[in-house]
Amino acid sequence: MKKKSGIISNLYIILIMIFLFAPMAVLIFFSFNSGKSTAVFEEFSLYWYGVVLKDSETLNALKNTLILAVTSTAISTLMGTAAAYGIGRMKKRYLKSAVMSVTNIPMMNPDIITGISLMLMFVFVGTMLGLSDKLSFWTMLIAHVTFSLPYVILSVLPKIKQMDNSLPEAALDLGCTPVQSFFKVEIPEIFPGIMTGAIMAFTMSLDDFVISYFTKGSSFQTLPLLIYSMTKKRVTPKIYALATIIFVVILILLIISNLSGSKDERLRAKIAKRKKKEDRENTD
Amino acid sequence: MNAQKKLKAEEKALRSGGRSLLQKFAAAPHIVWSVLFIIIPLIFVVYYAFTDRDFNFTLENIKAFFGENYLLIFWRSVKLALIATFICLLIGYPAAYFISKASPKKQKILITLIMLPMWMNFLIRTYAWMVILQDTGIINSFLGKLGIDTIHIIGTESAVVIGMVYDFLPYMIMPIYSVMTKLDHRLIEAASDLGCNGFGVLRRVIIPHSIPGVISGITMVFVPSISTFYISQKLGGGKFYLIGDAIETQFLANNLHMAAALSFVLMVILLAGMFIVDRFSDRNEGGFMP
Repeated sequence: MKKKSGIISNLYIILIMIFLFAPMAVLIFFSFNSGKSTAVFEEFSLYWYGVVLKDSETLNALKNTLILAVTSTAISTLMGTAAAYGIGRMKKRYLKSAVMSVTNIPMMNPDIITGISLMLMFVFVGTMLGLSDKLSFWTMLIAHVTFSLPYVILSVLPKIKQMDNSLPEAALDLGCTPVQSFFKVEIPEIFPGIMTGAIMAFTMSLDDFVISYFTKGSSFQTLPLLIYSMTKKRVTPKIYALATIIFVVILILLIISNLSGSKDERLRAKIAKRKKKEDRENTD
Repeated sequence: MNAQKKLKAEEKALRSGGRSLLQKFAAAPHIVWSVLFIIIPLIFVVYYAFTDRDFNFTLENIKAFFGENYLLIFWRSVKLALIATFICLLIGYPAAYFISKASPKKQKILITLIMLPMWMNFLIRTYAWMVILQDTGIINSFLGKLGIDTIHIIGTESAVVIGMVYDFLPYMIMPIYSVMTKLDHRLIEAASDLGCNGFGVLRRVIIPHSIPGVISGITMVFVPSISTFYISQKLGGGKFYLIGDAIETQFLANNLHMAAALSFVLMVILLAGMFIVDRFSDRNEGGFMP
């Protein structure tokens, strides 16, 4: 009886995986096609990879994407961590919940509304200031910081709540100034949360299309925007080659971060276990 | 001794006073940012929605929405998003359940695999389905080889629903899975000890406890589905519009006031929906966990 249900669940999970990965497999398969067709495989070739890697438009878009992702991640991580720190220590409950509900708006709203709302304001303010380029790199940067912030805050906030309050107090008792205690005791304690938030902000910025689409300037093209304009034109395996490269890079990054992450997690699990043991001994 | 203690306490109070100043201002940049780039832009949506090109008050944009054309588009968006959400729930719920039953090591691998496609840009994911479903695509050339008549999928509402399900399925699986892993297994044991069979355990313990996960899954699939414009363009063949397409068209035509009006209506309807779901889930929680 138990074995039977095991077979069913395995089969079901395999079917889901096929559904999730079949399109990727098709894409990767046809990226090695020598011809232009996306239905008939002619001959194995790396021709389209050569085309992508030599394409200055693609490389430029990649550079822009990275610039935008790095700057928006830096700003949102800094501001978000500080915000989580402040929110975590807020005394007035209504203020806390008000700040949190506003923070969550970009997460709850559909991207298209976040994009349109920012665009309307940028266009309005730009017109008032008489700017010729109302939308630019800067408007995109503001948009990316805005939609990344809630993710940073939500990653850091639980770490601040988990933090043992006696730690900074001990640091103060032992002669640290508040600033020293913040950087030497509190920051290391919440660092895993900051990292998670930063990674999330970075990947979301890399991946975003909808909000970028509405707040983009005419001269600043990112990779998702380029892919969008490419898919508007005729289909070529160039896009598949590009997609495959992105996919492989992400895969490698994931494996690396997973390997280091699992190490980190193992350590944390150990600590948690030890703490539990101590607690039990204390209560006994 | 006592004096020393007092001194220390005073010192501490002084320090914590300094600290609370730091704490007070730590959130200030974020609060200013949120007002400038979250609240004010939303006010601009309302402002544009109720004004004409010269920024005079008008109800024309909202009235245009209630014309036959936009109502049809809106109804179609709601319908397709609901169908996609329902299918995601149908497929995703058992998947989340089975994954939560696996060994911890296997769970971790499976969750990574489920999330892996999400790391691929959704434009490319959608595009891959266009390649598969098109009339000269993989499915049809395969059917042709088998000597079966080809099927026409691309450009239909079904193709759009397939795209939505594919793109957003992990958003359904993840929250349900995370609720299920938190389920106390002693509850299941207690239920079976008290005479529940497998189905009874599912109906009386597992499903009621997973309701919060299901609700966040539903919102996480429904919201991007109803507001999409790329999926309908690529898989719907541009033949029929969803509300997202309508907003994009008005944006491209530089008709920002109409785009704002459509966004405003979409926002109001989603808010109403969330409110209803919230009420519903509150009542459920009260009912199941007295």
